Amino acid sequence: MSSKLNALTSDSYTEISQYRDQHFKGNRYEQEKLLKHSNTLYVGNLSFYTTEEQVHELFAKCGDVKRIIIGLDKIKKTACGFCFVEYYTRGDAENAMRFVNGTRLDDRIIRTDWDAGFKEGRQYGRGKSGGQVRDEYRQDYDPARGGYGKLAQQHRSTEARNSF
Amino acid sequence: MSRRRHSDENDGGQAHKRRRTSEPIEIEDRLESLICRVGEKSTSSLESNLEGLAGVLEADLPNYKNKILRILCSVARLLPEKLTVYTTLVGLLNARNYNFGGEFVEAMIRQLKETLKNNLYNEAVYLVRFLSDLVNCHVIAAPSMVAMFENFVSVTQEEDVPQVRSDWFVYVVLSCLPWVGKELYEKKDVEMDRLLSQIEGYLKRRVKTHVPMLQVWTAEKPHPQEEYLDCLWAQVQKLKKDRWQERHILRPYIAFDSVLCEALQHNLPPFTPPGHMPDAQYPMPRVIFRMFDYTDAPEGPVMPGSHSVERYVIEENLQCIIKTHWKERKTCAAQLLSYPGKNKIPLNYHIVELAQATEMLYMRLDTMNTTCIDRFINWFSHHLSNFQFRWSWDDWSDCLTQDLEMPKPKFVKEVLEKSMRLSYHQRIVDIVPATFSALIPAEPLFSYKYEDESSASLPGYPVSITVGNAIKNRASNEEILAILKEVPNPNQEDDDDEGESFNPLKIDVFLQTLLHLAAKSFSHSFSALGKFHEILKTLTDSDDGKLHILKVVYEVWRNHPQMIAVLVDKMIRTQIVDCAAVANWLFSQDMAHEFTRLFIWEILHSTIRKMNKHVQKIQKELEEAKDKLEKQQHKRVTGNDFEDEEGQLEEQIERLQEKVESAQSEQKNLFLVIFQRFIMLLTEHLVRCETGSVDITTPWYKNCIERLQQVFLMHHGTIQQYMGTLENLLFTAELDHHILAVYQQFCALQL
Repeated sequence: MSSKLNALTSDSYTEISQYRDQHFKGNRYEQEKLLKHSNTLYVGNLSFYTTEEQVHELFAKCGDVKRIIIGLDKIKKTACGFCFVEYYTRGDAENAMRFVNGTRLDDRIIRTDWDAGFKEGRQYGRGKSGGQVRDEYRQDYDPARGGYGKLAQQHRSTEARNSF
Repeated sequence: MSRRRHSDENDGGQAHKRRRTSEPIEIEDRLESLICRVGEKSTSSLESNLEGLAGVLEADLPNYKNKILRILCSVARLLPEKLTVYTTLVGLLNARNYNFGGEFVEAMIRQLKETLKNNLYNEAVYLVRFLSDLVNCHVIAAPSMVAMFENFVSVTQEEDVPQVRSDWFVYVVLSCLPWVGKELYEKKDVEMDRLLSQIEGYLKRRVKTHVPMLQVWTAEKPHPQEEYLDCLWAQVQKLKKDRWQERHILRPYIAFDSVLCEALQHNLPPFTPPGHMPDAQYPMPRVIFRMFDYTDAPEGPVMPGSHSVERYVIEENLQCIIKTHWKERKTCAAQLLSYPGKNKIPLNYHIVELAQATEMLYMRLDTMNTTCIDRFINWFSHHLSNFQFRWSWDDWSDCLTQDLEMPKPKFVKEVLEKSMRLSYHQRIVDIVPATFSALIPAEPLFSYKYEDESSASLPGYPVSITVGNAIKNRASNEEILAILKEVPNPNQEDDDDEGESFNPLKIDVFLQTLLHLAAKSFSHSFSALGKFHEILKTLTDSDDGKLHILKVVYEVWRNHPQMIAVLVDKMIRTQIVDCAAVANWLFSQDMAHEFTRLFIWEILHSTIRKMNKHVQKIQKELEEAKDKLEKQQHKRVTGNDFEDEEGQLEEQIERLQEKVESAQSEQKNLFLVIFQRFIMLLTEHLVRCETGSVDITTPWYKNCIERLQQVFLMHHGTIQQYMGTLENLLFTAELDHHILAVYQQFCALQL
């Protein structure tokens, strides 16, 4: 009697994504196993000004939050637009994936993804300039994320110097 | 229609890999997929899809009969919003294969028995409804369905059973009538009249003490909130008056009438409702929430009246859609918006018109239940945060002339506070008109008592400087404790040598200074609590100490309730304070002026939940240890090693047993503290009003009595374990009847 219909158990928002942490110590299989059981979420596309308090208020709607670790620029040690949210239970984290992912925090659409678990050092951006990699190469102007991407900023200052 | 046509559609997830060989598992998957997807958007008509699918399944019966039976039983239980699609399918199969029809009915009866045994009452309703619609499809003979209904209704004659039991059996019968009433009346009108008359008698004599606790509004206007059985009865009565003409339900079997009426019908086997078991958990009664009527949808199709059976059917179907698809929000939204028959009802208007709904809820805040106001606050602030906090605040300027404790200004204040938590203070100042400034929350800043030289005269000031420096210079715990010994104790004439007794000033100086240094963020504060955990434990050794630490936390962070909540949470989890201390603190005189604020109740309910989870965790550990021991004992291996292990396990079980008892005792005590405090506060108010000949119904009173109801409702499962103690110690006959009524309403929910 207790048969579930496979066609009805779709829960696509909680599936793991294609992203794999290149710095992960272990093989692909181990990483995927951790992702499938993790209570920790990576949260991206935050404004540099978004606080731990704001993150807590939003994510606490899905359950008790164990801890939040704000991502930092490796050099400046200031917030650089991402964080980790760890719940006490997987079920609460799943609800965040279903209902918070793709909605707004601080007026920005944020993205959540499973994380294999926080380890010291993972709170730092891995871009050359100290922030996140995505902020190294992006071309657009985003006032909440330091303006232009780092590469674009260099080009702009070069241009400015040349035209002067 | 070939199997290969139904490729997996993406609702946002990953596509299935296509397997190249046909294995039995895949065929089962494909059958499932075919059956589950019939009735969805398609280039062909529903009728032709059903016809085609019936043909495919008929051909598969020789090899896959059991699988098909299993799948059909499952969709009957899990896809109730597509009831009539599947009953038609079963009808077509029965017409082609009489034996299969019979086996399906038998399988459904078995499934019904299982669901009832497992307390799955909502699913059981869907199964019975499915069976009743099979009468329309000529699969089940009408007289045998009537006989089943008669057996259900006879439960109302049982003695010494909870009312919620007979409620359910009556509910099931009534809820089938929109689908099958017409057919049953055509075949067996005398029996059906007798049935309805029995039901009417039951409804007249049943007790409805529970209703006030469940109503959203305390007023009957503009929409009365009816008890769910009363509402359904009225709807069925009206349907009967309309000669069972029901126009909303999609009935695909009508198109197949010529085929179906040739089919042979089966009789349902006599079905005796399973007897009442003490651990049965029948569904609790409900009150029907009404917010809209036909005047609210001025354009387009007319909204069905509250006693029209269409209203019932639509609400059932919408609820089913949400229950089925809640995990997939895009699919769920699509399903709701593509609801069949939506053109005949103002569906879009009421699903999409959030602004109007919000406005209506705001206008009725004065009579809205406090728990519902909480939800409205949380929903609305969250909604605003996704739409740049744009709102026509001036539309609500009527709240500005009211006392701040009245529901409307209170609501706006709480919304702005929650909105600030999701953004920041200046943002809130910017988004509301200047006229709303009295409702803007305070800036969430730390209030440090020992801020500067102006506080130099305070007794704790000198030590606050010393201890602050010590912390900054990473002094050891011993050094800090030594410094704290210098703090004079306002409670004592002479300091005793150890300085060990409760010294509120010591706690004040240390904690204020520590939290001030760590005020930058949650993480900083958590880190501080962690680093100085030992000292804090020492300072809060007594109940007085625990209470005082909470007082200090409130004092320094009184403009940042969010911070207070997370700090209290941390302190419970690290056992610096216990749950009862938090409850006592929230109800203390010092916090009386904050008593009606939302953050107080969020802290209280979070505390209760932590206590409950703690008990459950240890109970689980105990169960696991018991299971392990049982497994060991079954192995029957002899030898010293085994006996040692068994001995260890038994010891562990004994320890865990003690732990469970201790945790349960703490849990019971927590509820006793909370209820006792409620009783004290409410009694005080009632007595004061009586002696002063004042009306008891002040905004504070309404808030408090509804908060008491909320504790019962939110934690009913746990509280039910302690009913005996509560009744003997607290909710006795001597209590004021206003307070006792709440307890009685709660008891009525499972009686």
